[in-house]
Amino acid sequence: MSEQSGPLLTIRGLRTRFHTYEGVVNAVDGLDIEVFRGETLGLVGESGCGKSVTALSILRLLPCPPAEIQGQILFDGTNLLDLDREGIRNIRGGDISMIFQEPMTSLNPVLTIGEQISETLRRHKDMTRREAWRRCVEMLQLVQIPGPKSRSREYPHKLSGGMRQRAMIAMALSCNPKLLLADEPTTALDVTIQAQIMTLMARLKEEFEASIVLITHDLGIIAEMASRVVVMYAGKMVEEAPVKELFKDPRHPYTQGLLGSIPVIGRKFDGGQRLQEIPGIVPNPLEMPLGCRFNPRCPRTMPICHQQEPPVVRLADHRRVSCWLEANKRDD
Amino acid sequence: MLQYVIKRLLSTVPVLIGISLLLFFMLRMLPGDPAQVLAGQMATQEDIERIRHQLGLDRPVYVQYVLFLGRLAKFDLGRSARTQNPVIQEVWARLPNTMLLAGVAITLACLFGIPAGIISAVRPYTWLDYLVTSTALFGISMPVFWLGLMLVVIFSVMLQWLPAGGMGSWKHVILPSVTLAAFVVAFIARMTRSTMMETLSQDYTTTARSKGLQESVVIIKHALKNALIPIITVVGLQFGMLLGGAVLTETVFAWPGLGRLIVDSILARDYPVIQGAILIFGLLYILVNLIVDLIYAWVDPRIRYD
Ligand SMILES: Nc1ncnc2c1ncn2[C@@H]1O[C@H](COP(=O)(O)OP(=O)(O)OP(=O)(O)O)[C@@H](O)[C@H]1O
Ligand SMILES: [Mg+2]
Repeated sequence: MSEQSGPLLTIRGLRTRFHTYEGVVNAVDGLDIEVFRGETLGLVGESGCGKSVTALSILRLLPCPPAEIQGQILFDGTNLLDLDREGIRNIRGGDISMIFQEPMTSLNPVLTIGEQISETLRRHKDMTRREAWRRCVEMLQLVQIPGPKSRSREYPHKLSGGMRQRAMIAMALSCNPKLLLADEPTTALDVTIQAQIMTLMARLKEEFEASIVLITHDLGIIAEMASRVVVMYAGKMVEEAPVKELFKDPRHPYTQGLLGSIPVIGRKFDGGQRLQEIPGIVPNPLEMPLGCRFNPRCPRTMPICHQQEPPVVRLADHRRVSCWLEANKRDD
Repeated sequence: MLQYVIKRLLSTVPVLIGISLLLFFMLRMLPGDPAQVLAGQMATQEDIERIRHQLGLDRPVYVQYVLFLGRLAKFDLGRSARTQNPVIQEVWARLPNTMLLAGVAITLACLFGIPAGIISAVRPYTWLDYLVTSTALFGISMPVFWLGLMLVVIFSVMLQWLPAGGMGSWKHVILPSVTLAAFVVAFIARMTRSTMMETLSQDYTTTARSKGLQESVVIIKHALKNALIPIITVVGLQFGMLLGGAVLTETVFAWPGLGRLIVDSILARDYPVIQGAILIFGLLYILVNLIVDLIYAWVDPRIRYD
């Protein structure tokens, strides 16, 4: 493989914890992920499993303390965790940018849309005010905001949720990032708007040749957008697979649960749905269960699941599962 | 916008009438006879009756009030019972002094309070933050007259750097305005700290950081601009209070301001001056509030008056 086709982002042994008054919260606990150029990697898992913390750790947007980030985050060969403040600021919004879940609160209410986009451009590109503003209007046009010229002079409260998220996308893409971290970009929107935004993102991703880490609860979106999927549970990766294989042949009982393929009375998986409810609750991050973290909810536990953490089993390229069922199969 | 301002100004009329009504009847419940006070110890009963008649105090209270309102409608606040000067003139002579003191005090308070609050919010739970918050607590809980006296003892008596009281050069302004500012600076610092803590933890602040902006830009342009509304509110209200004349400070420093005028007039039972001064203070207070509201719209695009 040539250098160019190697992974754009390699996360190795990422560990993010929060030092709180109640104790240490291991929000992300030893995560290994690769993101390739031009691909969309889906990151799924129940609420609280550490998806947002992962994304925020990449850009080091978590205040430290209380957060503490360890491991390696190699972006184009540089470890982002080794950069100084100025170094990581040059990456933020430049090579890596982020879209957040809440369009209603993630734009600044007292600055115009145009100002918020063009300040990013002025920060990263050597542009004058006028040039940045012109580019900003172009970006708004690109994300299909009607009347981009007049919209750029408006404040966020005049825009609907969908329009704001388009503006966020325009802002995130304005400096031609190589990687876009999209943290549930459509969760807060109406279903019809969701589809429009997703189509837009898919198109712009091609146009800008960017990679996307797409965090979502929505398996329909994953099926449509992602080429590969990483499933997280309680701060750890439990399964990684190309998207088709994941839907066809989920190996981890947790993934099977999410996909609803475990027979449960009165429920059927019919594709393009949100994650299914799995009986039981996510473990308290302050008191993780011994052994496999999923064992209290797993329908197929064995004695060893309560004693030891399962190893990560490599089934094929980019096909990994962390489960004793697979590990034992291998040993047989 | 203009319409809004006019509407607001018109709405002050009933408020001022309300104030005058309360004031008028409360004053007349005060013990002590103004005619007696004015006439002095040596006056005969006849003298007192004459003065009472001159002041119109021999008529029923409601008649007095109606007459007062009638004159007020013609912007006539009457004459001081003590000096015979028009009340307007008495108030007008003191108002600039009070304005000066209040202006300097509020400027000092903003200059120190806002940056202190920001620093505190940016570095919470560090020694710097503890320094700011504990100093602020000190400033808020310290009695004004005690602080004033301490400053006089240190800077006038011991060091002999600044005059102990009166008006004259800029040096005379320093001690009373610092005394006045102490409470306000503390109040503003605390308010700034708490609102900045909040705006710094909002999603849009994370967005701003995610764009690679310098931390100073994130703090000033993104967080502070959002925190300005509550800060402006506090500054405006405090300024309004200061305009009413800081009675204690003006007394400690023998500062010829509105506050002392009111106190002196109360002691002399000089009803017209008390009424006039308080009404004008009420008007100023309402004006300050109106200006604060207009600044809101300028700072926050979500607020529009039309
Ligand atoms: N600032 C913080 N201090 C302490 N704990 C935190 C903090 N931020 C996140 N956590 C904890 O880290 C864990 C992971 O949170 P995270 O926000 O990454 O979940 P998520 O997968 O994004 O969930 P959701 O789908 O609800 O967005 C949670 O248990 C959360 O309580
Ligand atoms: Mg999240």
